[in-house]
Amino acid sequence: MDPVLLSRIQFASTTIFHFIFVPLSIGLALIIAIMQTMYLVKGKEEYKKMAKFWGKLFLINFAVGVVTGILQEFQFGMNWSDYSRFVGDVFGAPLAIEALLAFFLESTFIGLWIFGWDRLNKRVHLLCIWLVAFGTAMSAFWILLANSFMQHPVGFSITNGRAEMNDFWALVTNGQLLVEFPHTVLGAFATGAFLITGISAYKLLKRQDVQFFKKSFQIAIIVSLVSSIGTALWGHQQAQYLVHTQPMKMAASEGLWGKSGDPAAWTVFATIDPAKQENGYEFQIPYLLSFLSYSKFSGEVKGMLELQAEYENTYGPGNYIPPVRTTFWSFRIMVAAGSLMILLGLYGVYLMARKKMDQPNTWYWRLMLWSIALPFIGNTAGWVMTEFGRQPWTVFGLMRTEDSISPSVSAGQILFSVIAFSLIYLILAIVMAFLFIRVIKKGPYDTGVKERHSQDPFDKEESVHDLT
Amino acid sequence: MISLNELWFILVAVLFVGFFFLEGFDFGVGMSTKFLARTDGERRVLINSIGPFWDANEVWLITAGGAMFAAFPNWYATLFSGYYTPLVFLLLALIGRGVAFEFRGKVKNEVWKKTWDWVIFIGSILPPLLLGVVFAGLLKGLPIDAKMEMNAGLFDMINGYTLVGGITVVVLCLVHGLMFTTLRTVGDLQVRARKLARVMMVPLAILLAVFGMMTYFMTDVFEVRGTILTVLAVIGLIAFLLAGFFMARKRDGWAFGMTGAVIILAIGSAFVGLFPRVMISSIDQAFNLTIHNAASGAYSLKVMSIVALALLPFVLGYQIWSYFVFHKRLHEKEHLEY
Repeated sequence: MDPVLLSRIQFASTTIFHFIFVPLSIGLALIIAIMQTMYLVKGKEEYKKMAKFWGKLFLINFAVGVVTGILQEFQFGMNWSDYSRFVGDVFGAPLAIEALLAFFLESTFIGLWIFGWDRLNKRVHLLCIWLVAFGTAMSAFWILLANSFMQHPVGFSITNGRAEMNDFWALVTNGQLLVEFPHTVLGAFATGAFLITGISAYKLLKRQDVQFFKKSFQIAIIVSLVSSIGTALWGHQQAQYLVHTQPMKMAASEGLWGKSGDPAAWTVFATIDPAKQENGYEFQIPYLLSFLSYSKFSGEVKGMLELQAEYENTYGPGNYIPPVRTTFWSFRIMVAAGSLMILLGLYGVYLMARKKMDQPNTWYWRLMLWSIALPFIGNTAGWVMTEFGRQPWTVFGLMRTEDSISPSVSAGQILFSVIAFSLIYLILAIVMAFLFIRVIKKGPYDTGVKERHSQDPFDKEESVHDLT
Repeated sequence: MISLNELWFILVAVLFVGFFFLEGFDFGVGMSTKFLARTDGERRVLINSIGPFWDANEVWLITAGGAMFAAFPNWYATLFSGYYTPLVFLLLALIGRGVAFEFRGKVKNEVWKKTWDWVIFIGSILPPLLLGVVFAGLLKGLPIDAKMEMNAGLFDMINGYTLVGGITVVVLCLVHGLMFTTLRTVGDLQVRARKLARVMMVPLAILLAVFGMMTYFMTDVFEVRGTILTVLAVIGLIAFLLAGFFMARKRDGWAFGMTGAVIILAIGSAFVGLFPRVMISSIDQAFNLTIHNAASGAYSLKVMSIVALALLPFVLGYQIWSYFVFHKRLHEKEHLEY
């Protein structure tokens, strides 16, 4: 098998898997921090229970996020050594800063938060979870800074055949980062929020611990709505940025072969034939692509064939058109997931505002349970579009994917690691799902209560210890 | 004044030394869960004693990798792609170990616990073994060509010398971990940990001596840095003897400090022996990777230096604080998270 393809399969699969847990950690950390703040402000035990119950899910998830993250850092060197040599000067810095600024913060304060309920002063303990939340978001900032360089390289010069950093500030203020970071982090907040609203909806459906889950739902639905809307707004910003910096990705995500015409219509769906480089059936909404690209109802968007000719002039012969169908459909899946999230969020806030949460809303609770999957679908589709749409480049305009791999690593070695990592990730996924369901079934009031009343002498001491 | 390239070599060394000192003891505690703990309660005490720390300790490795990537991209690229398959096993071990701590206590079922116990055990032995093998390989030299590509066969990576290196690191971590246990536990468990640490000092002494001799004869590091390495070896010997002395007198804190000192000196010596090279080519000296031909540009190193020196005091500050918060000894009868 082809080592380039195998390396790409490994990177894509491990990264997609890793990015199930990362946004969930970012989102849950924020909401738990909010809950624990309410505990301190209002002094009600219920909020503490909330922080602890959702904290259990957060910790299981966090552990998987951490261990799958180590692999992320290692595999640039392992599988993409020529890439690492070429961009290390620029790309290594944000990774090192991420470790120094974010990973140390998260890992230390998560330890303090888990083990510190009885040992730390309440305010200090609250600060711990806020620092964890801050750390997770910081981690996103620095890794997205690195990714933004791959989308839109800035702040460097080519010296001795490699990219060398010459302007750190340009990297930090990369226009791509300024749209990509809010878009991704708000999407992460929504991911955590939809998990909480989904599980709460399930419990409300079952009429278990109604008060507890009603409150949880109310906190999370607000986060869901605000962050879903924010994600969409910054998604729009990102699309406009894309038209200027990576027009080919934009054209591919629209399935646009020739010029769009002015004003440009948005293709809702189309049958795309990449071999013939044309679309069969197209269903379009007039004006909308102009609006998406320029925030006004006029303006032309370049097509792939025109851009291909331009790129051949600039970069030499080659195929510069990314996998069109993948880019086109992943974009649509992302937009659909995001739109549904906003609608569901709106309806949830409406129920809450009109105090209709106690009325039977069976269909809505069911829908919310299944909607836990929506942000994950949106996140994954978004990344698929971003990374597939950039092909054939790893660093846009500078380095091609086929030139990025490790020359010293054989296809057999990569095949082995693909299988090994897939297997262990599969096991992790199964165990995690099993533990999640267990925690959810037990509910917030079950744990520890039974043991307290047992005959076991150790437990008596435990309750004595808890009182002191 | 030292150059930025030298500074970053030192920083990478400090991060690896810090990693082995810190994660060293939690690897050791992880290994000892299989034979030191006699009951499930004791095993839980052991796991909980490293519970708040192991994650942050592991970040030292991640940061070392990140610093290597940022400051010496060619070192990072050659090393990580060259040692591809061993690193796959390292990652599998670290992945399993990390979730095992979190998952083990979540279900009260014997098979479940036993399974994760094995994952913790293997996940605590394999990483120090593999990393020891890698570090020994760095000292001995590896087939690196003119294009900085390392095309190592199995026996270039795993041979008598590197295996002794790997096993030495494992036993070193074990003794260090046992001493950590004496600091964080009470009663019978504490006594047994101290006893086992004393017993393990004998094989550790032999391993360290053998590895030192092999290094003298099989690598060029003593030719390059003879004087300073001899001085470090003598200090290491003193620290080792003091560790034994304090163990015998039940001065556990001091003994832990001394086993830590042995780790610091051992790993530090490896970096001293390498300097100014970062990877030695067994094909031709001219193909060596050094702190100059493997490094990032001056601008990047400068930016990174400012960031690192600004952040490190905070990182060290809150990590030390977290050890202070959890200084209390653990007992089976109290509430245990894991």
